[in-house]
Amino acid sequence: MKLSEIAKLLNARVVCGQERLNEEQDIVFASDLMSEVLTLDDNFPIIVTGLCTMQTIRTCEMGNLDIVVFVRKKKPTPEMIELAEDNNMVLLECDYSMFKACGILWEAGLKSIY
Amino acid sequence: MHLEYTIIEGDFVNAGSASSSIKKTLKQLSVNPSIVKRVVVALYEAEVNAIAHAYGGKVTADIDAGKILLRVIDKGPGIPDIDWAMQEGNSTASPEVRDMGFGAGMGLPNIKKNVDRLNVQSTVGVGTTVEMEVNLA
Repeated sequence: MKLSEIAKLLNARVVCGQERLNEEQDIVFASDLMSEVLTLDDNFPIIVTGLCTMQTIRTCEMGNLDIVVFVRKKKPTPEMIELAEDNNMVLLECDYSMFKACGILWEAGLKSIY
Repeated sequence: MHLEYTIIEGDFVNAGSASSSIKKTLKQLSVNPSIVKRVVVALYEAEVNAIAHAYGGKVTADIDAGKILLRVIDKGPGIPDIDWAMQEGNSTASPEVRDMGFGAGMGLPNIKKNVDRLNVQSTVGVGTTVEMEVNLA
């Protein structure tokens, strides 16, 4: 599914990475635990998270996850956005809960990493 | 190639800056991306550990054609029981560290999973050295 469609389904704002919205992505991982994110194998999934700190972006940089959906109305800081832009990431802000956002993406046919 | 970075106690904003720099260097050296990921995940875990638990220290990296040797050397307080710390789920992390998505006791086991050789030396009251080696070819 195109990232632009995912953003629309989640009623999400695109914080950065507008130029990548035509890319297709089908795998999603959701977690607030960055230690868990760092154990993932290299499948380049979208991450859905309510953890909105500098370490979220750093963890994604190290784990090769470059599409981040922040749920629960979390808003990244300018420093986080700058780091994300340096790493060519897509950041989306979504007002939905983690459960609702994941439910919408699952219903739309996106796949779990395992 | 020898690289060095300083780690400052509690400096979570910059946690990962050494890993980020080494990631860029390894990419420039055209190292296989899956090996780069293993290196930076292990180093990032060790960096976060040092920032979260230690009184500062440094990261060194020595890169040659066949391998990368990483050392995260901190100034204490040291780990009283390394075997206990290596077990998944065991953690002494503060609530602040847990709020940042860490402190679940997964760091050291994940380092072990990602490197080819791991050596953790620690003396209570002196410091800890985490030595990690990854084959690049």
